[in-house]
Amino acid sequence: MILGLSEEELLEFGHNACAGCGEALAARYVMKAAGKNTIVVNATGCLEVFSTPYPQTAWKVPWIHGAFENASAIASGVDIALEKLGKRKNVNVLAFGGDGSTFDIGFQALSGMAERGHNVCYVCYDNEAYMNTGIQRSGATPKYAATTTSPAGKKVPGKTEYAKPMPFIMASHGIYVATASIAYPQDLTRKVKKALSIDGPSYIQIFNSCPLGWKHKFNLGIKIAELAYKTNIFPLYEIEKGIVTISKKPVQKTPILEYLKLQGRFKHLGEKEIKEVQESVDAKWEKLLKLEETKMGF
Amino acid sequence: MRKIIEASTAAAIGVKLSRPQVIPMYPITPQTHIVERLAEFINDGELDADMIHVESEHSAISAAIGSQATGVRTFTATASQGLALMHEILHIVSGMRLPVVMEVANRALSAPISIWNDHQDSISARDTGWIQLYVESAQEALDTVIQAFKIAEDKNVLLPAMVCLDGFTLTHVFEPVDVPSQVNVDKFLPKYKPAFCLDTKKPITMGPIAYPNSFMEFKGAEHLAMKNALKVIKETNTQFKNQFGRGYGDGLIETYRLKDAKYAVVCMGTIVGTSRVVVDKLRKQGKKVGLIKLKSFRPFPIEEILKVTKGLKAIAVADRNISLGQEGALFSEIRSALYGKSKTIVSGFIAGLGGRDVKEETIEKMFDKINNGGTIWLK
Ligand SMILES: Cc1ncc(C[n+]2csc(CCOP(=O)(O)OP(=O)(O)O)c2C)c(N)n1
Ligand SMILES: [Mg+2]
Repeated sequence: MILGLSEEELLEFGHNACAGCGEALAARYVMKAAGKNTIVVNATGCLEVFSTPYPQTAWKVPWIHGAFENASAIASGVDIALEKLGKRKNVNVLAFGGDGSTFDIGFQALSGMAERGHNVCYVCYDNEAYMNTGIQRSGATPKYAATTTSPAGKKVPGKTEYAKPMPFIMASHGIYVATASIAYPQDLTRKVKKALSIDGPSYIQIFNSCPLGWKHKFNLGIKIAELAYKTNIFPLYEIEKGIVTISKKPVQKTPILEYLKLQGRFKHLGEKEIKEVQESVDAKWEKLLKLEETKMGF
Repeated sequence: MRKIIEASTAAAIGVKLSRPQVIPMYPITPQTHIVERLAEFINDGELDADMIHVESEHSAISAAIGSQATGVRTFTATASQGLALMHEILHIVSGMRLPVVMEVANRALSAPISIWNDHQDSISARDTGWIQLYVESAQEALDTVIQAFKIAEDKNVLLPAMVCLDGFTLTHVFEPVDVPSQVNVDKFLPKYKPAFCLDTKKPITMGPIAYPNSFMEFKGAEHLAMKNALKVIKETNTQFKNQFGRGYGDGLIETYRLKDAKYAVVCMGTIVGTSRVVVDKLRKQGKKVGLIKLKSFRPFPIEEILKVTKGLKAIAVADRNISLGQEGALFSEIRSALYGKSKTIVSGFIAGLGGRDVKEETIEKMFDKINNGGTIWLK
C-alpha cells in the first residue's frame, strides 16, 4: 500500500495512452480499488483502444469490449450469467464508458441496466468530449468549450449548451451515485469500493483531463482536476438512497478563471462568457448545497 | 410425444430442451409467441434460465454477448426491425466467436411498416457471420434449434446461428409435432462447455483492437469456420436422424421428386410446403418437375447445389426478398454457384413480399416462366 492505494497494477504499464492521459490514471485507480476478482466490460473509446492493441493487452483481469453504446447491456449479461454459474458473490462487474458513450449513445442501455437493478458498477471516464475520434463535442462538453465539431468561430464561440446533469439523472434511477476526480485518488478508490460493496447498480463519474483535447500542458492534468474541484466546476459528492452528501467542500472558492486559463479549449472566452459560466457554476453549487442541506431525495 | 401445437410453441420447446441458461429478450411481432412460451416455461419451473428483459434488441444481443462470453449457453429471438437494430452487434457476436443461437420470425422491413412475412430481415443480415438455417414446419423448427446449438458450439465452428422461421405463416400455425424427450436431447446436446470465457482465475482479453496486420487473419479464420460448418451441419443432421429418426435432406439442402426431373423450383421457408403440393400436381399431369429446398443459406452449399441441379434444363428460384435495383439474393447466389459449371437456365422470381400470399398458382407461374432467365416479379 502507498497512501492507502494498492500497489498491484491491474491495468499494466506500457499501453498506448498519450503522455499525461487522465483517463489511464483514473482507470488505474479504479482497478486498484476493485482488485483482481473483477470482470471489466469496456465501451469503445480511448481506454479500450490504448489498452488492447492485439496481440497485446494491458489488462490483468478478464476484460471484454463489444461496441460503443452497449457496455451496460453486455455487463447485464455478464451479471446474470455469473449468477447462473453460482459465481456472483465472488466477482465484481465493472462497466467502463467514456462520457460520449455514457451521456449520449449508450445512455439507453445504461438506464435499462440501472432500471433492471443489475449488480454492476458503471464508471464514466469523463473527459468532456469524444476524444478517441478527435475531440468532438459530447453531451458532457461544457458550454463554450471549443471542440473540433464546436469550434470557436467568429460567430459561434464554441459549444452552445451546458453539459447534461448525468449524476442527477442516474440518481433518479434510485441507485448509488458518486463523482470522483483523479486529483483525489483516496476519495476515488473509497467510492469505487463502496459502489462494489452494494448489491445492485451504481454509477461513478470520474473527472479526468485530456491534454490533447483540452489543450493543456502535459504535466498539468492533476492541477486542472484539482482546480475543477476548487472552483466547484466539478464538485465531489455521493448520492445514496437519493440523499446528496458532498464529499468535501473547498475551504475557499477559487474563481473559474484560474481553471479556464490553463486550457486552450477556453482561450477564446471573453469577460461576458466567463461571467455567465461563473454564475452558472455558482448556481449549480448552491443547488447542490441545498440538496444536501434539505436532504431532499432524488 | 406427438402433439398439435403452434410452431412458436414448438420452437420454444426446442429451446427449452436445449437448456440455455440466459435469454435476453425484447418483444416484436411475430416473434412474441416464442418468448411468451419461454417466459412461461421459466416461471413454471420447467426451464432453469433467466430472462433479461432488456430495453431494446440492441441490448438483447449485447447482453447475449455478455452471458455467452461468461460461459453460459444463451438464446434470444427477434424479427424484422429488431434484427435490423441488432445489425451492428451481429457482426460482433460472430467476430468474437460466440455461439449464440437466435430464432428469427421472418418479417418484412419498414417502410411502409408491415408485420407480415418475407425474408428481407434475415437476408439483410447475410454477411454478419451468422449461420442461417431456414425451416419449413413446426417440427423442423423444434428440431433445428436443438441442432443449431450443437453446430454453433462445435469447436471447428464457434459461430452464432439463426434459425429462421416465417412469421405468421409458420410461427402462428398449428401442426402435429413430435416432441423428443429431455433425456434424448441431453444425449444429443450435452451440457455447454465454453471454448473460452471470462474467468477471474484465467483472465483473457476479448474484443481488442486489431491493426491492419491482423484483421484479415481474424476474418480468414471466421470464413474457414463458416466453411467448416458445411460439414458440421451435415454430420449433425445425420446424428440427429440416427437418434430421433428424422432428418432434413443432408442438413444443408433437401430435394423432392428431383430424380428424373427436368425442371425444379428452389426456395426457402414455408413456400417449400406449397411447392411440394404444386410439384405433386404437375407430376400428375406428367410434367417432370421437382423441388430443391435450401435450408442452409449461410454457409451456402455450393457443391450440393451443383450436384443436385446437374442435368436440369432450368430452375426457378423464389425469393421473398429483393436487393432493390438488382434481384433476389437467393437467385444471385444460385446463379453464381452455377456460373461456368452448368448449362441450367436460372430464373428468378420475386414473390411474397410483406406477407403477400404465395399460392399454388404463384409457384405454377414460376414453372410456366422457368426458361426466362431473368427476374420476374410475381404480384
Ligand atoms: C455506433 C458508433 N458510432 C460512432 C463510433 C465512433 N466512436 C468511437 S469512440 C468515439 C468517441 C468516444 O468518446 P467517449 O465515449 O467520450 O470516450 P473517450 O474516447 O473520450 O475516452 C466515437 C464517436 C463508434 N465506434 N460506434
Ligand atoms: Mg470522452
